[in-house]
Amino acid sequence: MIHAYQLVVLVPYMAALLLVAIPGYRLGAVVNVVASALTLAIGLGLIAGGQFVGDYAIVDEFNIVFIVINTVVGFTTALFSASYIGHEIEIGRLPAGFLRFYHAMFQAMMGSMNLALVANNIGVMWVGLELATLITVVMVGLYRTPQSIEAAWKYFILASVGISLAFFGTILIYLAGQPALGEGLPAMTWSLLQRSAASMDAAILDLAFIFLLVGYGTKVGLAPLHAWLPDAHAEGPTPVSAVLSGLLLNVALYALLRFKMVVAGQPAALDPGPIMVVMGLVSLIFAAFMLYQRRDIKRLFAYSSIEHMGLIVFAFGMGGALANFAGLLHMAMHSLTKSGIFFAVGHIAQAKGTQRIAEIKGLSVTHPRLAVAFALAVLAICGMPPFGVFASEFLILTTTFARHPWLALLPAFGLLVGFGALLLRLQETVFGEPVGPAHRVDASSVPMVLHLALVFVSGIFLPPALVGWFQRAAELLG
Amino acid sequence: MNGYDISHLLAGAMLVTSFALLYQDRIAAVLNAFAMQSITLALAVAWAAWSDDRPDLYITALIALALKGIVIPLALHRTVERLGIHHSVEKVVGVGVALMVGLALTGLAQALVVKVASGTASHAREQLALALAIVLLGFLMMIVRRNAVTQVVGFMSMENGLILAATGARGMPLVVEVSVAFSVLIALFVFAVFVFRIRERFDTVDIEALDRMRGDSR
Repeated sequence: MIHAYQLVVLVPYMAALLLVAIPGYRLGAVVNVVASALTLAIGLGLIAGGQFVGDYAIVDEFNIVFIVINTVVGFTTALFSASYIGHEIEIGRLPAGFLRFYHAMFQAMMGSMNLALVANNIGVMWVGLELATLITVVMVGLYRTPQSIEAAWKYFILASVGISLAFFGTILIYLAGQPALGEGLPAMTWSLLQRSAASMDAAILDLAFIFLLVGYGTKVGLAPLHAWLPDAHAEGPTPVSAVLSGLLLNVALYALLRFKMVVAGQPAALDPGPIMVVMGLVSLIFAAFMLYQRRDIKRLFAYSSIEHMGLIVFAFGMGGALANFAGLLHMAMHSLTKSGIFFAVGHIAQAKGTQRIAEIKGLSVTHPRLAVAFALAVLAICGMPPFGVFASEFLILTTTFARHPWLALLPAFGLLVGFGALLLRLQETVFGEPVGPAHRVDASSVPMVLHLALVFVSGIFLPPALVGWFQRAAELLG
Repeated sequence: MNGYDISHLLAGAMLVTSFALLYQDRIAAVLNAFAMQSITLALAVAWAAWSDDRPDLYITALIALALKGIVIPLALHRTVERLGIHHSVEKVVGVGVALMVGLALTGLAQALVVKVASGTASHAREQLALALAIVLLGFLMMIVRRNAVTQVVGFMSMENGLILAATGARGMPLVVEVSVAFSVLIALFVFAVFVFRIRERFDTVDIEALDRMRGDSR
């Protein structure tokens, strides 16, 4: 009997194998979309399927949230990629043969992320994240320009250092769990570790959490460990940027949160909350100021991702049912909005033939519909009502205000600074005298509109079932 | 001389090769020192397999010996010869400074692990401290060497430290050992691709050339 949680990993991996065997890129794109749709259906099926705890896999309400976001954005990105990537071949940026591997790698990456999400074994979780990282490294270097190779190299070096430190942290967690759980598999099983956290050695847990925070934090893109993130976003293909920002950062954060739940079970160990609050705030405010100096549109939104991951880490650091709920909601909203923005940016880059902000002007004249969609998406990520990001940011700020009024000023300040930068750039790109070429946009706008609609609807009305589900997931986080 | 002495001897020998990696200034010598370290790792893991009666560790030892002790160093030797970069390596800081920092990191690793992990068995603790020192030295090597090939070696030396740590943690399931070996394979693949591509694009494997390609200043 095959369970849904196995399928959510197996289907993408099988699709990856199949895609390696398919030579034509058009057929490959179709298979890519179909496989992603299938994974999405299975991911949604997990909601109905209920919970499961095994030696290697776990399905609870907390990780179903992540899996559903993963499969939804995976599907829409595959849809976007199918219409987008053909253009890259036409203009000669990519040799057609590369697409075979591009599609296979896309599925392998989705499968690895899902593997990390369903894993109950902390070693398997690490393997999933490492695999997903290495695959994205190759994808970032796909264009083989000097810039993309530089970006991929930097990403690879920083990510491997991060992942090595995380592995050391994993070994320390195993050592901490060993006295209580015995040698072998049990001391690597997350659910057992969490249950017996109270009897673990607090000092080892402290050390382990520091390693895990620095290791997985590198992959979340927390400042000062973020250096790889803007380069990797800017130089890879746009669908990869969308998946990086929308999903891979979340998966790394998920791993960190799982370990936070273990460490929180031992009262004598350090409290992960304040550390996460500080790291989140530093990232948020630092990235908000960095937004002003960006000249490349994909880099701009990469820094915006650092900003929002900072806010999410801040919310989870605050802890408590309400702040965790707000953090989860903001993570979902950010994933949808940011990948939607990258779809729009992909359209813009194809329309204007450049990613330089200075050369993108007057979109409202040349591409009115695209300009409207882009403007709405940027306003959404800025936290303007009625979009969902507004609701989640508002919730984070109000819960912080209720508990530590002075502390709430800092994220509010960071968000305002970021808001100003994005609005400035939005105005520059959308209005003004058009410059440069204005090509036709072939890529489908369906994924972009779909994301915007989802973010819009969730800003106005969240179904009670969804709220209840997120609340239960937030309670698991403690 | 009991069993723990031997495992400590081997782990200590790995640490010595880590220092050797820091001060060698010819790429060929760096590769030889790395091969030495990997062979010592294979011996340490094999010793753990024999003394703790954990036959699954022999596989790990074999992988370390065959891949990291022989195949990868040879492949890198050939790459270096083909690219004609077998002379000295660019360094960010002098040998003296690098060694002093390395010494400080080793001290830090000992102090941290021995103090923190007072609850675990003493032999596991000491091996963990040595492993952490090797990881940190590999990290240091990646920072002070501005060359793609030596950064590869620094990374793999870090992974050697990780495998040593995983071996020291008694009974850690095979899953992890396999995954480490596996990640080394993929790392080799990725690095090989990149070293080749960097050469193809820049006619050098010096990372400085890459740093000039900052996207934002285009």
